[in-house]
Formats: sequence, C-alpha cells, structure tokens
Amino acid sequence: MLTTLRSVLVVLAAAAVAVFLAPAASAEPVQVDGAGATFPYPIYSKWFSEYNKLHPDVRINYQSIGSGGGIRQLTNQTVFFGATDGPMTAEQLQAAPGRVLHFPTVLGAVVPVYNLEGVDAELKFSGPVLADIFLGKITKWNDPALAKDNPGVTFPAGEITVVHRADGSGTSYIFCDYLSKVSPEWKTKVGVATSVNWPAGIGGKGNEGVAGLVKQSPGSIGYVELIYALQNKIAYGSVRSFDGEFVRASIDSVSAAAAAAAKQMPPDFRVSITNAPGPNVYPIASFTWLLLYEKPRDKQRSRMMVDFMNWAIHDGQKFAGELGYAPLPGAVVTLEEAALKKIKAE
Amino acid sequence: MSARGPRGASSGGGRLFPLLTGLVAVLVPCLVAGIAATLWWESLLSIREFGLHFWRTSVWDPVAGQFGAFPFIWGTLYSSFLALLLSTPIALGIAIFLSDLSPHRLRQPLIFLTELLAAIPSIVYGLWGIFVLVPLVRSLESATPAWLRGTPFFAGPPLGVGLLAASLVLAVMMIPYTASVAREILKAVPSTQREGAYALGATRWEAIRMALFYGRTGIIGAIMLGLGRALGETMAVTMLIGNNPKASLSLFAPQYTMAAVIANEFTEAADELYLNALVEIGLVLFLITVLINALSRLLIWRVGSERRARAPRPVPATAG
Repeated sequence: MLTTLRSVLVVLAAAAVAVFLAPAASAEPVQVDGAGATFPYPIYSKWFSEYNKLHPDVRINYQSIGSGGGIRQLTNQTVFFGATDGPMTAEQLQAAPGRVLHFPTVLGAVVPVYNLEGVDAELKFSGPVLADIFLGKITKWNDPALAKDNPGVTFPAGEITVVHRADGSGTSYIFCDYLSKVSPEWKTKVGVATSVNWPAGIGGKGNEGVAGLVKQSPGSIGYVELIYALQNKIAYGSVRSFDGEFVRASIDSVSAAAAAAAKQMPPDFRVSITNAPGPNVYPIASFTWLLLYEKPRDKQRSRMMVDFMNWAIHDGQKFAGELGYAPLPGAVVTLEEAALKKIKAE
Repeated sequence: MSARGPRGASSGGGRLFPLLTGLVAVLVPCLVAGIAATLWWESLLSIREFGLHFWRTSVWDPVAGQFGAFPFIWGTLYSSFLALLLSTPIALGIAIFLSDLSPHRLRQPLIFLTELLAAIPSIVYGLWGIFVLVPLVRSLESATPAWLRGTPFFAGPPLGVGLLAASLVLAVMMIPYTASVAREILKAVPSTQREGAYALGATRWEAIRMALFYGRTGIIGAIMLGLGRALGETMAVTMLIGNNPKASLSLFAPQYTMAAVIANEFTEAADELYLNALVEIGLVLFLITVLINALSRLLIWRVGSERRARAPRPVPATAG
C-alpha cells in the first residue's frame, strides 16, 4: 500500500518537474505580454501573428480582457503594454508608476443598426434624435422628429426597442462620447464611460449580443461596430455629420474623421474624433490606442515593441480594411513616428 | 497508533493517511473563509461609501459613482424562485416516474437523457434561449390578453427577452439536478415502506406519497441543489434577461442579476469605487447563497427532528 503510494508520488513529482522544465528549455523567442481592449483584438491578433512570421524571435501575447483591465494591469506592471478604446483619464495617468504614452493603432466606427419591418429605405439619423431615442424620449417609430430626418419614408406606428451593450465596452464609450457632444441632456444625465446608467432599453452581451437582439426584435435599434453590422447583414443608418450632411460609415469616411483630427492632434494623441468637422466625415468614429511606458525597465522588450509599432503603423495598416477598421491617415503616422522615438529603449 | 492501521505503527502510512485526509478536509472551509475575506477586503471602499444603502438603493451609475444593488438582488431572487416554482413539479414528476412507474426498459435511457441536460454548457442554453425560446416567449407575450397585461405581473411591451425567458431556461437547467437527486432519494426509501403501505391497502399514489414523505428531507435538499444552480448561473441568464437594472414585478420586463452584472462589467471597470462595488455585489451574492443554504439546512433539520419525534410509533411496525 505504502510502496504504491510512494511510487505514485515519485511519478507525480517527476511529471511535475518535467512540466516545469520543458518550456524553459525550449523557450527561445522572447514573449511580450499585453492586455486590454477587445475592440481591436481581431487586428491585433492578426498583427502579432504576421509580425511573428517576420520576427520569429518575438512572440507578442495579447489578452483581450477589456480596456479597464488593460489599464489596470499596465498600472500594476503585470503586462508590458496595454490597449484601450477610451484614452486614459488624467487620474489614471497619475496613478501609473511611470509616464504612459498613447499610440493610435487603427480606427473604428460605431453604426446605428435597426430592424424595422416594411421599411426598405436606409434611415438617416441626426445626433439629437439618436440621443433622444436612447434617452427613452422618442419611443415610437412614427415620431415627427424621425420623419423630419427621413423625408419620403413611411414609418410604422410601433414602439422602439432600444438595445445597448450590457457589458462595459469601448463601443459604448465611443457611442456615448458622440451622444454627449450632440445632446446636452445626454451629457448631464448619462455621460461618457464604458458602462453607463442606460435610461432605456435592454442590454445585449457583446457586439454579437446586440446584433443578435436587434436582428431578432422587430422595431429595435442598437449600435455595433461597423464590421459586425456588415458581417451580420443588418441594416445600418447614416448619421448627420458636424457639417450637416448625412454620412454612411465606410473605411473612407472614418479615415476622413481621423485626417480632420490630425490637424489639431494633441502631442499625447489623447483625442476624441467623434463629431469631427469636415466634408464626408463619419461622426461616430474613434482611434484605438496601444499604451506603452516612456521609460520601461525592460529595454530589450521595449526595443521590440517600438520596432513592432513602427511596423504596425506602416506595413500593418494594410490588414485594417479587410477586418473592418480604417487605417491611420498619413499625417497621424508621421506624428507617431516622432513619438515612438521618445521611448527610451537604450 | 498501531490500533489504527492494519499494519501497525511501523508503516508511516498509518499516520500519514489521517493527516492527509484531515488536511484536505480543512482545506475547503479555509478556501470558503478565504473567499469571504477577499470579497470583504476588496469591497471595503464601497462598503464604507454606501453602507447598508447598497442593499436598498436602485441607482447603478458608473459615471456618477452611484451604486445600489437592489435591482440585481431582486432580479436574482425573482428569477431563481420563479425557476424553482416551474422546475420542481416537473423534476419531481420525472423522479417519481423513474423510481416507481417507468417500465424497466425505458428507465436507463430516460435517466441518461435527463442527466444529459446537466452536461450542456450554459452558453448553449443561452443560444437556444435566444433563437428558440425568446421568439416563443415574445409571441406568448403578444398574445397575452389586455386585462392581464394591465396587471403589474404582465406589464410592459412584448420584448421576448426578460425575466420570463431567463426563468424558463433556468428551470430547464435545474431539472436534471433536482430530478436525479430526488430519484436517488426515492430509490433509497426502504422497499418495506412501500410494501407496508400496499399491505395496508394503499393505492399506488398513496404509496408514492408515503415514499415522498419518508424522503422529504432529501427531496428538500434536491430542490435546494437546483436553487443553488439557479442563483449563480451567469451566461445563460445574461443572454436572456435583458440586463436592465430596474426591479419590476413584471415577468415580461427586462431585469438583471448579480452574477450577470459582475460578468458584464468587471473587465471594463477601471475606477476603484466601481470595482469595489462590483466585488461587493459578489459579496452580497455570496452572503445570500450562504443564507439560503443555511435556511434549507434549518428546514431539513426541523423536518428531520419532527420525524425523530414521531418515529417511535411507525418504526417498530416496519423495521422488522
């Protein structure tokens, strides 16, 4: 009995030692860990695998745990880089042990999606109307405000079912950021955050949750990232821009929003580009940022990440379109090249 | 020492084994205490800020830093108890059929299929709920007559998602747990009990009722096991309940549960107070689960002591 127990223990111990030793012996590539936003996860994972093909010695490991989690882990220095959909607040920057720099990587757009039987025309939304719908003030599809934006469309009399994100997300942040700029009431009553106290509607989990609920519920309206609306073939409306034209989200109209912002880009890149001025500019768009310390302790990994970033803002941009993101405009790339030189990698 | 192990003190196993088993037995209570302590510690900020108001207030506003857990507590208890109400008769029916009434050849396949329900991942239940159950519930809600819709229990537009859809899926998820434990309990009722009942001229139904009565502590335990499953269920519920933190009596209204809000908002909560409030929801859920378990223990204990008090009369007749 005891001898069996002993031999079992010996085997277990040997197995444990083997498990611990094996990766250490074969681990040649350096692993760089990062965590953060889920919104850019598809393109980040594409980038990391493409970059690994070019540089087999670098393996970048990214956990898409959410912007909040990414900022938290970066602050605690449990990861080397973070990623976020909403720029870090002054308070969060203060809490970090070193100076954190923001680097825009790509752009995304959020579109209003709807499910309205009997209406084939593509709907148009002006900002205040969209805000009033999500505030629960416009509750019927045949509201005069909607009719005014959509001449020639006959709306049914049904109730509007508002669908929003239940989980905290950068998508909500961008959408609320836009609504705050076009509706003073939204700004004071609800505000901007990854999760807010939604005045109306039901919550779906994730982009796919919102897309699913909208697809299923007649008379519903929600908001998702552009790529999800395209993939799920849900009708999405155009939104009135700062200049007053109704613009449909596309790679071009989103990049135009960024180009407009590049002219007054603050040096730390923490900028909101919702409701940006200019012709053919889609108003519900945003950068997504990668976060790096200016003076990291680990110089080797720092060099690697700077090299990766230089690749991502140039060669990496060609992967953006197919994944539903808009590439960075040239002016922003030039600014970022200079900013990357600030990182003390030596 | 030598009296304990068959091979005496010379082999260390005699001492090692009780030590080892004792250690793992202590480990679990330590873990539970550790979890409670961590939840308390990590939510101190929110506990200090809101105190008992946290349990009573209904505003959940991460932007303004206002946190009240009442809608989540309400939604968790409402959906779980409604699911309990829906699932218990079905689960007990299954258990009775399988233990007493089912033809022999049907029994094993039915047991297997019932227990298979427990093996389905909750995300699959959620997807099934979204694609099958929600449209059904929506048409049921649309067909509800106006006089019923006027009552607070069926108020609101027919959304499909909401408390009713979530409770229905929870009920399905609870059935295998309650049914298989209740079946084991009924099987464990000594056959002399049933034979005695038949000997006294009882009908089949009366004999089954007697068996249910005999095993009632175990059956309460089986129901509580199902309830525990419902209280903590996250994924399937969040996909179906509508995630709206407004407490309502209406079965048609979108509501929210504690487990769902933690799962939804934890990853993006960067603010300290917000994070603490979410952990405090976890603490509240933990306390409520402990409380419900304690109550069910108490119920079992009371029912058990009642039986012990009554025991002297029937036992000599059947124990033989």
